[in-house]
Amino acid sequence: MNQGRYLRRRIRNLVFLSLSVLATGFGLAWLVAVLGTLLYEGFSGLNFQLFAEMTPPPGEDGGLLNAIVGSLMMNLIAVAVGTPIGILAGTYLAEYGRYSRVAFVIRFVNDILLSAPSIVLGLFIYVAVVLPMGHFSAWAGAAVLGTIVIPVVVRTTENMLLLIPNTLREAGVALGAPRWHVIRHITWRAAQAGIVTGALLAIARISGETAPLLFTALNNQFWSLDPNAPIASLPVVIFQFAISPYEDWQRLAWSGALLITLAVLALSITARLLESPQERK
Amino acid sequence: MVDAALSPHATLALNSARLRRALRADQIFQRLTFCCALLVLVIFAGIIWALVDGALPAIRAFGFAFLWTEVWNPVTERFGGLAPIAGTLITSFLAMLVAIPVGIGIAIFLTEICPRPLRRPIGIAIELLAGIPSIIYGIWGLFVLAPMLQQSVMPPVIDAFAGIPVLSSLFAGPPYGIGIFTAALILSIMTIPFISAITRDVFETVPPVLKEAAYGLGATTWEVLWNVVLPYTRGGVVGGIMLALGRALGETMAVTFVIGNAHRISASLFAPGTTISAAIANEFTEAIGELYLPALVELGLVLFFVTFCVLALAQYMLYRLEQRAGGRS
Repeated sequence: MNQGRYLRRRIRNLVFLSLSVLATGFGLAWLVAVLGTLLYEGFSGLNFQLFAEMTPPPGEDGGLLNAIVGSLMMNLIAVAVGTPIGILAGTYLAEYGRYSRVAFVIRFVNDILLSAPSIVLGLFIYVAVVLPMGHFSAWAGAAVLGTIVIPVVVRTTENMLLLIPNTLREAGVALGAPRWHVIRHITWRAAQAGIVTGALLAIARISGETAPLLFTALNNQFWSLDPNAPIASLPVVIFQFAISPYEDWQRLAWSGALLITLAVLALSITARLLESPQERK
Repeated sequence: MVDAALSPHATLALNSARLRRALRADQIFQRLTFCCALLVLVIFAGIIWALVDGALPAIRAFGFAFLWTEVWNPVTERFGGLAPIAGTLITSFLAMLVAIPVGIGIAIFLTEICPRPLRRPIGIAIELLAGIPSIIYGIWGLFVLAPMLQQSVMPPVIDAFAGIPVLSSLFAGPPYGIGIFTAALILSIMTIPFISAITRDVFETVPPVLKEAAYGLGATTWEVLWNVVLPYTRGGVVGGIMLALGRALGETMAVTFVIGNAHRISASLFAPGTTISAAIANEFTEAIGELYLPALVELGLVLFFVTFCVLALAQYMLYRLEQRAGGRS
């Protein structure tokens, strides 16, 4: 009888563990399918023309140059403005207000913003920036991306600063250094790699952001560097081209999708390599 | 040093001047960081203000009835949000139905079964996949998944359930390929890496001593998982699932491609529908008239409210787990 019970337990163990192996196979199969199709469909379109020519009208040859430049420009503005703000805010949470009630509320709100639907952020910028300005613009697109960058950088900066042992700070303070010297020369320097990681992850996060750009930066079929005018961006062009009935537009959409994925993967892998060894799981 | 040449009194005065300057700079820096931190709250308040302000005309015109009215007619300017709200909830619920068991299964595989040399590579691969932009999943859903479902999955399923009372209406034709079912499937594929990455992290907070004690008593791997690991990490796992649910509710691009954008509620899962985010993404730039845009913004307000509740609950549960893990070490 004991033997039978033991057997039952072993069988149950085997059944559930096999189910978890199956789950892994199932999950990974989808993901391999997605990436495989992406490589297969997009790779043939990765050529010089893609980076050298403008988005074409249907039926003509062309590339994605204006969309790539538009994306780069908005990402650059968003990161240039969002990262310093995020780093300073994260510094406040980790260094000055660590246990204060305000910091607790800010931390909570920041984590909500971190996962809040990006399309809602788009509505916010539409009402706050596009309506007063009276037209869609690259500024508005950059503003949306900036509001996505800030929470990411705040979270990673705070996490990284909290990893710095307090003895380091105390050593600085004991030498008579003012607090902000300690922060600039000791804690920031010690957490440098982690802070850069946060910035890279933020760029990776906004590179594929589509929904909020649809009604802030809109789109632009032509070459434009004017931040006051609507501008093309890679994700929005992919969206527009993918749902179009024209085959050459759809091919460009696949190439653009591959381009974004490669960029995002490269960014996240670099970020991962930068992480300090003790941070690795 | 220059200071050494001065009298002790002068040195003191000079030093206190330097000290004052340093303290002054210190204070400025602290205020600067504080202002940046407050900006996070300002953005949050700004979102709420913008959504309420933008939705006000629609709120005035339709009242609370907006939440349970199904009409969506831009021509007569009569709007009700029931179809997109229901679509959002249904697709997210179905997606979780698939993603939770599979995601947790992968986490179990990674922490208990997987041979050690493979753990890091597979774990990293899953984390990288969690970061792939949703538009990639959307475009794949449109060009690969939807045609596949339309040709080889939907017709046999519709035929198989044809005579059975409830199932026949749940899986009724015609097989468009796009619709609620396809959107839910894409959502679940997207959220699987997300859930498994969080769950794995949470599983790793279990002190090895606890597991070893159970193994020492003769428990099987499954019994250790079910009786030790899961009870210990319950809050964290639920928190992770809520976080994934928050993502699924607000997901736009993966859904917009394959949902069909039809403002009606059908009994069939194979029928086209819409979600809040898909409706906003599809219609926002084309919305003209007094109430069309406010109605879309009001949908955004509803979405923000729902995701806020879900995410706040997730934060609370993960926070509790963190407190416990922090208290232990």
